[in-house]
Amino acid sequence: MLDATLTPPRLPAAPGVGYKAQHFADLRAAPGPVKWLEIHAENYMGDGGRPHAQLRALREDFAISVHGVGLSIGGEGRLDPDHLARLKALVGWLEPASFSEHLAWSTHGAEFLDDLLPLPYTDATLIRVADHIDEVQDVLGRRMLLENPSSYLAFAESTWSETDFLAELVRRTGCGLLLDVNNVFISATNLDYTPQSYLDAYPLTAVGEIHVGGHDEDEDDHGAPLLIDSHGREAAEPVWALLDHALAGTGPAPVLVEWDNDVPDWPTLRAEADRAASALAAVPAG
Amino acid sequence: MPPAHWPPSLPGDVMTTTQADFRAALLDPERAVPDGLTDPAGQPTKRRFAVYRNNVTVALIDALRTGFPVLCKLLGDQNFDQLARVFARAHPPTSPLMMHYGAALPAFLDGFEPLARIGYLPDIARLELALRHAYHAADSTPLDAARLGALPPEVLMQTRLHLSPAVQLVHSRWPIHDIWCYNTRAGAQKPRSIAQPVLVTRAKFDPEPHALTPAQAAWIQAIIDGATLENAVDAATAIDANFDLGPLLTLLIQHNALTDITTPKD
Repeated sequence: MLDATLTPPRLPAAPGVGYKAQHFADLRAAPGPVKWLEIHAENYMGDGGRPHAQLRALREDFAISVHGVGLSIGGEGRLDPDHLARLKALVGWLEPASFSEHLAWSTHGAEFLDDLLPLPYTDATLIRVADHIDEVQDVLGRRMLLENPSSYLAFAESTWSETDFLAELVRRTGCGLLLDVNNVFISATNLDYTPQSYLDAYPLTAVGEIHVGGHDEDEDDHGAPLLIDSHGREAAEPVWALLDHALAGTGPAPVLVEWDNDVPDWPTLRAEADRAASALAAVPAG
Repeated sequence: MPPAHWPPSLPGDVMTTTQADFRAALLDPERAVPDGLTDPAGQPTKRRFAVYRNNVTVALIDALRTGFPVLCKLLGDQNFDQLARVFARAHPPTSPLMMHYGAALPAFLDGFEPLARIGYLPDIARLELALRHAYHAADSTPLDAARLGALPPEVLMQTRLHLSPAVQLVHSRWPIHDIWCYNTRAGAQKPRSIAQPVLVTRAKFDPEPHALTPAQAAWIQAIIDGATLENAVDAATAIDANFDLGPLLTLLIQHNALTDITTPKD
């Protein structure tokens, strides 16, 4: 149910990049087409120091997207109230343009496993994830965006397609979606369907942000291609093609270049942002 | 609008996979892949599950490498990764704040037999943790040193000092400051054979370690514990009769380590 009192995401329909501290000076001097930055929430949950000071400076020039990687929205247990409180505090002082998290789990009992782990798409998962999204949106007073995972395997028990599952979460919670087209390409390759068919079934009207990023190539036990979500290189050509395909359906949207490992120099990352800008320029407005 | 197949019916014989099953196999490569996880043809799939195993292990080892760069340099990448793998399986993170991951590593090293002959390693790990804590500590406004200068000596000695949240003290009977500098700074002197507690300050954003004498460390510890200047000096002179408060106070002021004072009148 869409709660009209929740603040909606409001990132600009322009390129953004995942923020890395080594690009601080370059971003302020020559941002190129970059209009917004995405930060990983957990990296800014210290008490102060340089990370906070950099964010205070950057928020003067850029819209900020807070992207959580540790909330474990798909976890079987309840959401960690301490972590929710930290998130509320961060969002409170930073006043970001958007908050997003993943359709995944990462916490089990007292342990944080530092990866985005997969979920079976069942009724039980649906109810649990919807409850957790409701709780997050309630605590933050914001409509959040939920990101599709990159999948390496399937659950025998799943009874929903991922696209139907996401659409039903949107319907139940009013959340928006973060469409990661790199993840779509990875999951489609790994689970043997076409990424275009995924996008055709995906609720594009709920999209509040799109991710592009790089992946690595491997093989499974039977020699079938197994793509790994590495965020360590340029986005592959088919992923840019998927971006065009998605934008044709969504219209102009915020597009983020994700590059988290082997972080390149600014000109290399900016070239990816330029490419996202070109893709956006080709989309008819509205 | 619910999808047409809502509510779906679950066949009774389908394998379910709990997160407890998943987690147990994730951190134990000897365990079988949990039932119910398949490739697109419905076949069990070891290499696909291994992606998650590898992701978690690599992420935790990377976090430890980032958090303990000097320890990594002292041991070499390969030895460090072995240590990190053993540690990570025994002590997975207990919080999504990876900036604090590894707090249990010093105590783990204290009892880690294969590295027991390198006695200073646990204290190097403590120092690196202290530097990390200082980096992420809350910002604070430095004390106006004139407030200290204005106090008559007898009042000054009954005053309590408030330290910045970034200030950290690491006790050690090893030359950990020398070892840390030797591995991070070009041209640093070779480590001497002395006990070297370390004070960490953060003047603005960058934490800085300072070597202390044991008497100076006793003074800082007393201040941290809330002692008056006089009682802190007593604690220091009990270790070294020639303890001189001046240089230490200057160091604290110069590095913005003091935030406030409480005089007897307050």
